[in-house]
Amino acid sequence: MRRRVLSTLAVISLGATVAGCGGDSAPSAEDAAAATGPIDIWYANNPEEVAWGEAMIEAWNAENPDAEVTGQEIPAGTSSEEVITAAITAGNAPCLIYNTAPAAVPGFERQGGLVSLSEFDDGAEFIETRTGERSAQYQSTDGGYYQMPWKTNPSMIFYNKDVFAAAGLDAENPPLASYDEFLATSQTLVDSGEVQAAIWPAASSEFFQSWFDFYPLFIAASDGQQLVEDGESQFNNPAGIDAAGLWAQMYERGLTPNENYEGDSFNDQVAAMSIVGPWAIAVYEDVNWGVVPVPTPAGAAPEEVSTFSDEKSVGMFTACENRGTAWEYLKFTMSEEADGQLLELTGQMPMRDELPTTYPDYFSANPDYEIFADQAARTVEVPNVANSIEIWQTFRNAYSSAVIFGEGDVATAFDATAEEINNLASEN
Amino acid sequence: MAVTAPAAPPETRSRARSGSGHKAGRQRIGALFIAPYVVFLVAIFAYPVGLAVYMSFHEYFFAAPGAIVDRPFIGLDNYVAAIKDPAVLQSFGNAAIFLVINVPLTVVLALVLATALNAAIPFRTFFRVSYYVPYITASVAVVGVWLFLFNGAGLVNNLLGPLAPSPSWFVNSTLAMPLIAIYVSWKQLGFFVLLYLAALQNVPKELYEAASMDGAGRFRQFMSVTVPGVRPATFLVTLLATITGANLFTEPYLLTGGGGPNGASSSPVLVMYQEGIQQGNAGYAAAIGIILIIAVLLLAGVQRLVLGRK
Repeated sequence: MRRRVLSTLAVISLGATVAGCGGDSAPSAEDAAAATGPIDIWYANNPEEVAWGEAMIEAWNAENPDAEVTGQEIPAGTSSEEVITAAITAGNAPCLIYNTAPAAVPGFERQGGLVSLSEFDDGAEFIETRTGERSAQYQSTDGGYYQMPWKTNPSMIFYNKDVFAAAGLDAENPPLASYDEFLATSQTLVDSGEVQAAIWPAASSEFFQSWFDFYPLFIAASDGQQLVEDGESQFNNPAGIDAAGLWAQMYERGLTPNENYEGDSFNDQVAAMSIVGPWAIAVYEDVNWGVVPVPTPAGAAPEEVSTFSDEKSVGMFTACENRGTAWEYLKFTMSEEADGQLLELTGQMPMRDELPTTYPDYFSANPDYEIFADQAARTVEVPNVANSIEIWQTFRNAYSSAVIFGEGDVATAFDATAEEINNLASEN
Repeated sequence: MAVTAPAAPPETRSRARSGSGHKAGRQRIGALFIAPYVVFLVAIFAYPVGLAVYMSFHEYFFAAPGAIVDRPFIGLDNYVAAIKDPAVLQSFGNAAIFLVINVPLTVVLALVLATALNAAIPFRTFFRVSYYVPYITASVAVVGVWLFLFNGAGLVNNLLGPLAPSPSWFVNSTLAMPLIAIYVSWKQLGFFVLLYLAALQNVPKELYEAASMDGAGRFRQFMSVTVPGVRPATFLVTLLATITGANLFTEPYLLTGGGGPNGASSSPVLVMYQEGIQQGNAGYAAAIGIILIIAVLLLAGVQRLVLGRK
């Protein structure tokens, strides 16, 4: 009797757990693609993007009472990507998420969590018309678009004009174009005692940290290469080794500390420079800042320098039942007018060609942002390959060891890691 | 000649039957009382462990409900890969360093402090609360304080001056893990002190009086009465500290930015998180988890043999 009672309880609890984890099944692709009705969306939790998201929803709902959109901030978690992964697994992801990292897209695809926007009749055409040549970087290996390129924050060098002037440097035309200039300027800044560090990117080993130290410089030095192209690692070429070499010298000379700073070192004025995109302008309101492109080995002209896009996309998720509405709403929020509002409210660059000529009034009223609009046309994305996150973690581990902590030779470490990454990129 | 056992007197047989029936009845009620916990245990522990074992034998990753994905059976491949993976091996090595420092430190400090706090000392309540505060304070907040103390330009290095280590504490591959072990010992100490304080109440006062009459000083009393008297609590403290240490995650994640420098402070659970949650290799992470469970069970078995015997 007792055994039977316990067995029954065990079976009930197991069943309940399985049922609880299961969630609803996704609707068939054909039915969902044409279906219209209410949808849910998530957006990032910074006040500027929340304001834009709410304005978009209000405008849409006023015209579409039968297909209302309900928005909310992405639920709190260690990172948006982990929250989205959990939502895909549980089957309760919303229709659209306005803050999908391109590096996470291959993983979401593998999970069966993303809808290919190319399945919509005008899907590929819409993306390619709006984003131009850069859209190719957002195509998956099967040729489909599983993300809508949305906005970019091209990484550039912010510098503190007051600190530069106090260190005896030209604050209007700082010598930061070539690696030699960058090193010499950094040395002058630290030697002046005005700041603790010349520049202070995070020294920690999270997979994404290389996007904010090595990758922008590698892209600039290689004239726009991605970390991996056609399944082959590119970073162990002279451009990659030179870029890593610059950082290695920065760490070795103590111009960049090899531990994390708790806070924003540039905003707190303990570092004279920072690599970041235009989203930070609103944050750096107490700093008298200037901005220049990232350095290149020989000091290329600014109009020739490419950089990391730090782009965020919009993903449509397979749990969405009313994909017809989701697609129409997505296009509505990517219109010229909506992009203009995004620029106005957030200062982030829509993934649209010809920004300066499309929004001349905005850039004449906000000249600080014009250089970012120009740079936005020359941005490079993370590679859209299998095992994307694992590839970045593998790279970060090698970079951390050889560059940040100066253990071993950079070229040797990069060669060994390149082989490992080639194997990861070739897996499906 | 056949020998038969004498029949029990009728009174005895009757009492035996009655006792057995009573026991069975008590068990039925007992089963009812433990049922909620059994449900909890099955749902929160047994089912996930079972699923983890299943995952570890497959090329498993989390997928959307209804998605058609290929997650083939791969036998022991995940286990073989895990025991060959330098990052996994390093994390287990780090965990061993952590346990070697953390467990003895926790046992010794908790017992000594509990003994001191059990005595009639001034401000006893204040001290008892003080030791408990770190335990109930959110890790994120406490970690911030430790980072402030031990970063390159932090208070500790300023006090040490030329004796400050280079590279600094949390970016020093030799010092990072020992410092994390000390941090965890300090943070958890209040809880273990509490366990020992409870255990000390069960040590008969007469033993101390007898030892005193035999001429034992304070140290001899501590070694000969207190330490054996709280042996069951020591077993419990050792076991809990081992399990907590084996599950180390928050501290390396926050204090050393994800197990740095160069993995010198990574832990098996941190590697599981990176592999399973961040990189989508849930089957591989599950295999590491099962290896960790086996390792902890083996350690617990050894501890039971050494400390748990009566």
